[in-house]
Amino acid sequence: MNQLLNLLPHLGFFAHEAGQFDPFIFGARVTMIGGALGIAGLITYLKRWKWLWREWLTTVDPKKIGVMYLIVAFAMLLRGVSDAVMMRLQQALSVGASHGILPADHYQQIFTAHGTIMIFFVAMGLMFGLINLVVPLQIGSRDVAFPFLNATSFWLYAAGAVLINLSLIFGGQFAATGWLAYPPLSELTFSPGVGVDYWIWSVQIAGIGSLLSGINFFATIIKMRRPGMNMMKMPLFVWSVLNSLVLIIFAFPILTATLAMLSLDRTLGMHFFTSYFGGNPMMYVNLIWAWGHPEVYILILPAFGVFSEVVSTFSGKRLFGYKSMVWALAAITFLSFSVWLHHFFTMGAGPNVNAFFGIMTMVIAIPTGVKVFNWLFTMYRGRIRFTTPMLWFLGFIATFTVGGAAGVLMALPPADFQLHNSLFLVAHFHTMIIGGVVFGYFAGITYWFPKVFGFKLNEKLGRYAFWCWLVGFLLAFVPLYILGLMGATRRLDHYDASLGWQGLFIVAAVGVGFVCLGIGFQILQLIVSVMQRKQNLDKTGDPWDGRTLEWFTTSPPPVYNFAILNRVNDRDAFWAQKQLQKADKPVYKDIIMPKNTPIGLFIAFFAGLFGFAVIWHVWWLALVALLGVITSIIWRISDDETEYVIPAAEVERIEASR
Amino acid sequence: MGVLHKTLKMVKKGLNNLGSTSSRKKMTSKDRLAMAIMLFVAAVIVIGLIVYGHNFSVLNPKGLIATKERSLIIYASFLMLIIVVPVYIMTFSIAWRYRASNEKAKYTPDWDHSRLAETAWWLIPSLLILVLSVVAWRSSHELDPFHALSSNNKPMTIQVVALQWKWLFIYPEQNIATVNYVEFPADTPINFEITSDAPMNSFWIPQLGGQIYAMTGMSTHLHLIANESGSYRGVSANISGEGFAGMKFTAKVSTEAEFMQWLQTIKMTPNQLDSKGYNILAEPSLNNPVIAYGSTQAGLYDSVVNKFMDPGSHEPINLHNHEHTDYGANE
Repeated sequence: MNQLLNLLPHLGFFAHEAGQFDPFIFGARVTMIGGALGIAGLITYLKRWKWLWREWLTTVDPKKIGVMYLIVAFAMLLRGVSDAVMMRLQQALSVGASHGILPADHYQQIFTAHGTIMIFFVAMGLMFGLINLVVPLQIGSRDVAFPFLNATSFWLYAAGAVLINLSLIFGGQFAATGWLAYPPLSELTFSPGVGVDYWIWSVQIAGIGSLLSGINFFATIIKMRRPGMNMMKMPLFVWSVLNSLVLIIFAFPILTATLAMLSLDRTLGMHFFTSYFGGNPMMYVNLIWAWGHPEVYILILPAFGVFSEVVSTFSGKRLFGYKSMVWALAAITFLSFSVWLHHFFTMGAGPNVNAFFGIMTMVIAIPTGVKVFNWLFTMYRGRIRFTTPMLWFLGFIATFTVGGAAGVLMALPPADFQLHNSLFLVAHFHTMIIGGVVFGYFAGITYWFPKVFGFKLNEKLGRYAFWCWLVGFLLAFVPLYILGLMGATRRLDHYDASLGWQGLFIVAAVGVGFVCLGIGFQILQLIVSVMQRKQNLDKTGDPWDGRTLEWFTTSPPPVYNFAILNRVNDRDAFWAQKQLQKADKPVYKDIIMPKNTPIGLFIAFFAGLFGFAVIWHVWWLALVALLGVITSIIWRISDDETEYVIPAAEVERIEASR
Repeated sequence: MGVLHKTLKMVKKGLNNLGSTSSRKKMTSKDRLAMAIMLFVAAVIVIGLIVYGHNFSVLNPKGLIATKERSLIIYASFLMLIIVVPVYIMTFSIAWRYRASNEKAKYTPDWDHSRLAETAWWLIPSLLILVLSVVAWRSSHELDPFHALSSNNKPMTIQVVALQWKWLFIYPEQNIATVNYVEFPADTPINFEITSDAPMNSFWIPQLGGQIYAMTGMSTHLHLIANESGSYRGVSANISGEGFAGMKFTAKVSTEAEFMQWLQTIKMTPNQLDSKGYNILAEPSLNNPVIAYGSTQAGLYDSVVNKFMDPGSHEPINLHNHEHTDYGANE
């Protein structure tokens, strides 16, 4: 109890850890607590608590879990972008005699939080959101392999997101180490506060959720495809997700183990990665990138999948070079485990090792290039409709090609010696992550939105958002490429006026302003689309003249997705069916679906509590939380009634009504 | 209440207008293209004016290694344009030609395979990457930072210790030391031996050549040679804590005569860097000023590297506890 009481001083609403008033932390606290209270008040006012619990919090339906992933990811995007705005302001202002808006330590926490949030809670969240929404539908299945595990995965991800935000309220500090927290900087000697522990536990808990989800969807794709859909008939999005899941299954255990070792160092005084007692910080750098590089492909492969669907649909044409595409994905997946050392050529491993990893890195450009050419030839001799998803695709090609070239350039070890850790590097990976991953997921969300919600998003506002994002991206990152060539290193909270960098940093700050405008348009787009949903209703279930199975069912789909599980005979299963126009009277059967359960939520709650307790060294609470996790699991295991039946007559009634 | 209702109605109307497809005067696609080109040109001019006259360190080398690294960067960039430019041209010409409104263009919805085309785009990038692989292998060996440079002039060793948050330079042959300032003659191969007594840092002088990490208990090497006199900016390129941004130094390249003169001046400095002085220096400090030490205790660098070998030694270094060991990491 005493330990918990020790926490109280850290709750001081106005005080930062160092004791002085910090307007940004104060603002963040007001926004977060105010926002939470506001939402809770709204739910109470609308008397929606019961509905929220029954329909959403306890759901095991991947369609709803997908929506929840997207909501959390967008909330975290807003936080990640506010961090980006602060960073841009700091670097635009903190020059010469001025020290900008943030002290060095706080600035370092901001960019650490920015990277962590964007990768683990935005990109991963958007990815799992799309996977949940689309994969079961595309393989023509009614559910995932392990629906309860799926809910648990989501809630673990949400618990990680809550924990990273709690760092603002309890303690008011986060890691100031960069998003991968290299030791020895991240060890107790140099980072004694709770910041790194918050980083470890929020990432650890979310990461375990990702691993479980990876296994779940891997099993789903392998075992639950519609009869007749052999591997080479799977839609390319499913293929890309499958490859991404393989990477998750192999890479995330490395992350889990590495973080566990770092936390043992920090919590129990062990010496895996310390400088002393035979610890080896270089081992950490190797391990974290053995996860970190595949992670980049984990994020980008599903985006490639989205583009394959989008380009094919909006060109009204079969995807060009399907087999090439599949093999290219497999090649990227395989190669992505043999390139991690290119993140630290500068460690001095020697020319043979550096050259090997450099060459492997460049080899990845080959299958990636093949994919680009296949997309272009899908458009060739097609009938291209320039909808918003298609615009995101063109924006992706325009940025990704250049970013990829910059990546190949840095794969040359001696070139990397001059570009590593500079803003050129920062610009490069933002080109890949924004131009590739973010544009891809935005395209996917726009494309599948009518399937999930039953109405289309407003096209005009979507276009505005796209142009703001594209212009904002260019204004924000072209200056960073140039700054890198001027010798500007990353993560500087201050620099000399004589270097002449300020003008470019100001341009970059204007760029982030445009990105914010783009996000504003996206929010407006959502509001307007909801208000005008009656004009954009998708009554057919097939708003884009689609090709794959998800368009076969209604928008939104019934809880069981498909009433009839008929055979698939073609790669573009739905397209082929549309050409045939057959209409047999279907015979409905009983459908078995999983029951809702709150236990996934409980497990994640206790896991988050466990992380929180370890961060603050409140051991009795950690024990309670651990028992909570175990009890929840036992409770679930001993529950035999996890499914319910929808009778055939009920299915017929639902089908007739839509 | 009435006001609220009215406002809501107005907002709703505004949003409706935003969502509708009709707009005032439709811009033609030509207008849009012209506008885009104009904006692009304007942006290029603005950025050009902003950067005009400033130092592009990486592209403005003053030493052999940096010059070769720049050539490599430029050469590889041009090679990659072989792919990038056609992709750009193809993307936008195909997208334009096969737009849905262009009914004249050929439409083959089921054409999804061409062995010839697919072979071409597996093969052409492969050839390019093959060329780049040879470049990567050769340049990795030629520009290996651990590899000593050949020159008619006698090489010089400078030992570098990354501290919180400053750079200590020890001249073992001259028996002097400096902080946040390093001077050496032009055209002399310099062997930087680099370690850290702090979190990991990266030692980088952009105009002289590529960086290498400074790590505890490790001794990395960076061989550089300067070809032109001048003062160059040196930095830490890897986040190492609060004072990281201020962890910069000046690398002064002088003539042989100037260097000898500088050496004499430094040697007259009464400051001595012994283990006690070192331990005081190693305490964290921000934006450390330049310091010069007229003499140093022998073996200081080795004991900094070796202090992490000693189990349990959180203590400051003590020169007499250690014997000189040959570590020669990674060679």
